[in-house]
Amino acid sequence: MKELKMKQSSSEQISTNPLIFDIKRYSINDGPGIRLTIFFKGCNLDCAWCHNPESKSSQAQKLYSIGKCAMCSACVNVCENEAISLTGEGIRTDQQLCVLCGKCAEECPTNATEISGYSKTIDELLEIIDREKTFFETSNGGITLSGGEPLLHFDFVVRLLDECKKRGIHTAIDTAGNIPTERLIEIAKRTDLFLFDIKVFDSEAHKFWTKRNNNLILKNLKVLSNIGARFQIRIPLIEGVNTGEENIINTAKMILELDGSTKRVDLLTYHSNGERKFEKLGKELNHHNLKSPSSQRIKEIIDTFMSYGIEAQIGG
Amino acid sequence: MLEELNLVDLKDSVKKADTKRDKTHTYSERISKLRELSCTTQPSLSIERAIHQTEFYKENLGKYSMPVLRAKAFYDHCRRKTIYIGENELIVGERGPKPNCVPTFPELTCHSVEDLRVLNTRSLQRYTIGEHDIQIYKNDVIPFWKGKTLRERIFQNVPENWKKAYHSGLFTEFMEQRAPGHTALDGKIYSKGMTDFKREIEQNLEALDFLNDPDATDKAEEWKAMIISCDAVILFAERHAELAIQLAEKENNSLRKLELKRIAEVCTHVPKYSPRNLWEAIQMYWFVHLGTITELNGWDAMNPGHFDHHLLPFYQKEINHGLITREYAKELLSCFWIKVNNHPAPPKVGITAKESGTYNDFTNINIGGILKDGSDGVNELSYMMLEIIDELHLLQPGNSVHISSVTPDPFIKQACEVIRSGYGYPSLFNPDIYVQELTRQGKSLEDAREGGCSGCIEVGAFGKEAYILTGYLNLPKVLEITLNNGIDPLNGERVGIETGDPAGFRSFDQLYEAFRIQLNYIIDLKMSVSNYIDKMFSKYAPAPFLSVVIDDCISKGQDYYSGGARYNTNYIQCCGLGTITDSFAALKKHVFATKRFSLEKIIKSLSNNFENDELTRQFIFNKTPFFGNDDEYADSIAVKIYNTLFDLIDGKPNIKNGKYHLNMLSTTCHVYFGKVLGASPNGRFAGKPISDGTSPSHGADKNGPSAVVKSLSKLDQTKSGGTLLNQRFLPSLLERESDLEKLGDLIKSYFKLGGHHIQFNVVDNSTLRMAQDNPEDFGDLMVRVAGYSDYFNDLHKDLKQEIIERTENEAI
Repeated sequence: MKELKMKQSSSEQISTNPLIFDIKRYSINDGPGIRLTIFFKGCNLDCAWCHNPESKSSQAQKLYSIGKCAMCSACVNVCENEAISLTGEGIRTDQQLCVLCGKCAEECPTNATEISGYSKTIDELLEIIDREKTFFETSNGGITLSGGEPLLHFDFVVRLLDECKKRGIHTAIDTAGNIPTERLIEIAKRTDLFLFDIKVFDSEAHKFWTKRNNNLILKNLKVLSNIGARFQIRIPLIEGVNTGEENIINTAKMILELDGSTKRVDLLTYHSNGERKFEKLGKELNHHNLKSPSSQRIKEIIDTFMSYGIEAQIGG
Repeated sequence: MLEELNLVDLKDSVKKADTKRDKTHTYSERISKLRELSCTTQPSLSIERAIHQTEFYKENLGKYSMPVLRAKAFYDHCRRKTIYIGENELIVGERGPKPNCVPTFPELTCHSVEDLRVLNTRSLQRYTIGEHDIQIYKNDVIPFWKGKTLRERIFQNVPENWKKAYHSGLFTEFMEQRAPGHTALDGKIYSKGMTDFKREIEQNLEALDFLNDPDATDKAEEWKAMIISCDAVILFAERHAELAIQLAEKENNSLRKLELKRIAEVCTHVPKYSPRNLWEAIQMYWFVHLGTITELNGWDAMNPGHFDHHLLPFYQKEINHGLITREYAKELLSCFWIKVNNHPAPPKVGITAKESGTYNDFTNINIGGILKDGSDGVNELSYMMLEIIDELHLLQPGNSVHISSVTPDPFIKQACEVIRSGYGYPSLFNPDIYVQELTRQGKSLEDAREGGCSGCIEVGAFGKEAYILTGYLNLPKVLEITLNNGIDPLNGERVGIETGDPAGFRSFDQLYEAFRIQLNYIIDLKMSVSNYIDKMFSKYAPAPFLSVVIDDCISKGQDYYSGGARYNTNYIQCCGLGTITDSFAALKKHVFATKRFSLEKIIKSLSNNFENDELTRQFIFNKTPFFGNDDEYADSIAVKIYNTLFDLIDGKPNIKNGKYHLNMLSTTCHVYFGKVLGASPNGRFAGKPISDGTSPSHGADKNGPSAVVKSLSKLDQTKSGGTLLNQRFLPSLLERESDLEKLGDLIKSYFKLGGHHIQFNVVDNSTLRMAQDNPEDFGDLMVRVAGYSDYFNDLHKDLKQEIIERTENEAI
């Protein structure tokens, strides 16, 4: 955990030495074949339904799960900065004093305390990727870069994609598309597939739910289709946010206007798992009571897309 | 000829019946009824065989050589036993007097009155027996066999140190209750009938040279016994023909009358002569199967081996001539499947009778795979068998799908579909690796390619090898006694040798060396008694009929139990690789590397079952690199242990001019071994199961199935006669077509990496509920949530509940 000692602060560092919060093997829902998905920290949207809230910040974060905590004070005792104290409601960490050295997590017997965010060099990642080679070859799989927003770490991602290309490894980028167009074009030259998230069609609504409008996102999608990049559109479905008929129809029409062959959307239904992660981060939920649409409504949504000649399926 | 009028009429009888299953598949009314009977008939005990055996031994013991006595006793039973032909049956024959009725084998182990009462009343795996029969057993059977059973004779003579180690749960002994079996058939019975075997044997007898061959007498007796046993099976079949004729005469339904006449014709022809068509081929195998499991109660029943390969020529010939429809062929095969299911395993005696086991007798049908020349062996019948497995959903027979580098993808996908809809079966095997395992052991390439798996995951050269499982070895228990200098901490008894006070161990290597010495002692102890038992079977319970169908018993004039088979292997099945690897990893890291804990402290915690020391346990459990995560730290320890086992077991001689080899299966023994084991250094509580086969410990693997198979692939699996990997999956992880393809790709990847076997448990809700209550045991349970997959443990409790409810909905 040495790398955690270097607290990430400037955006300069983020682009060259990004933090990763998870690497999932046998990922079967993030593109073709058996994949390895690398989740980067840092995002420039702030979606209310985010199921990986630890991905929002590009910095390392301490996660604490009171349910697992044995109240043993091992973390309190090991902390050199006296940042941790034991209270009636579990441990409390003084963010001002905490330098994210990770010693508390190392000492925690139950893994109630964890540090989210570690850095890997390109070579280290390639070594991990290489472990999955047989699965990629057998299944026509590869790696998927996800997040957060992986393309915030443009330089790093470019280097990683170049190395993968050299090795013949299929790559996919799971992106929300809210990044400068010229950068996206550069990425398109290097990756085999975009998993492109469309959240809400209406720009104002988009801003309400994600804190950003979607003008750049929709433009970028258009550009990708114009230059012939391969992409799959993914839509998270959250009841009352983007499940209205109008939103579906507008999205369908927008997809029909795109060049290229992809007339397909993958629908990802909302799940509440992220809510627990908010707790672990010690953060309040921005919105409560978010839920997945009913299966009846999902069926109708699929039918609507179908009526526009767009194949829709649950899952990516 | 009946053959001509058969199928036109008979195929009409295949009427589709509605079934309760929510499948699109349906099976005929006949199969529906037979299946119902097979699945709902309470297993019971028959004392008929015991009575025949007792009467025969009373009358004849001492008159003949042992092989001839055994053969004559077998003949006598075939002559007298109740013959059963049930309504709707096409394939006929039962080991007992009716379906699900199991005979006993008092000459090997004689049930006591108490055993019989326990079997009659226990709640799990019950075998009913009436009080009248118990009284007969008490008065006529038990008194005669007292002191004469093979089991008693063996136990009188095993050394004290063996008994101590055995009772402390360091190993089990297979042959203590049942005869050695463990084999499968090749294709010879489809081109040779019993008359052909007899002719071969008679020629050998005629050529016998008493002047120059010192073994001539033994050979003569064995050959005479073989001839008698062939006649016994012919007689057994002919009695079915007679009964079928009688039933046909009384039968009013004209269609059934025809069927019965056909059955009579089939049973008159096979096994006396080689089969001429599919029906006869299946019936041929079934009579041979019944012969071997009636002669003795060999472990793992019998096994047809590559049934799809053997039956294909018959099927093709008849299909091409329009003599059979696909549907009717499937009907015949389904009848066979149900026949196997009608045969629960013979129940144990003594202490083990109180424990529930399984009704499964481990017939394992090999599907797909490769042919003798190495080419793809998947054929039309392979697909048909997959359909049957999926439709019938029977406990028995076990089925295994064999996937080599040349196996076509559509077949793999169909196998994955069956896996999705089912409970563990079919399991998956890799011929590319097991052929290497078998050739490494010294088999010819062709014999190896004709081999496959039987029973659980053990492999052998079908039709040519006796590959005897001798018992399970409790690896974590060996570590436990090493940490206690040879004493079993659970009972304070000295069960091993002194390998040094652990307080004096200064390095991991020192600890490991002590373990290795202890292991060597235990293995040698086990082998010496296994050899003794092998010899007892060879001398006092030869199996002349089994010997007829396994090469080269006839040409050598030697019994299957005496080295007659072309290849003679003894396996020791080593259990708990995951548990012991994780235990060593914990000790290596926390005791010897970081020195966080002293070895004395750990040993004390273990003896207290981590009581008042939960934080130590948690720390070990959460902060140790465990096997199954593609982590070199742990995996290199697993490889080290595996190689040590290989060095200590492989190549040691058995009494049949063969060798011991390493095997890595556990069946359900990891549960028993866990019960007799205190807390282990990997944070496992006392009494909890140890890891199964070569699977990671429960909850230890956290990087997904690809990391698990990577860890497993670091073992050179060609050094063993089988490894076992169980993976749990939720049905929702296999929802989409693409998910099935990816499952197939995972299997192919593992096999490319050198894997022997993999099996998926597509888990149901009861498992999920257990996972809710005991999350630590289910760390590897992966579920598909929505658009992504995750570990069940990592989900919020509400979401867990939601998934359980969702899955239930799916099941309706």
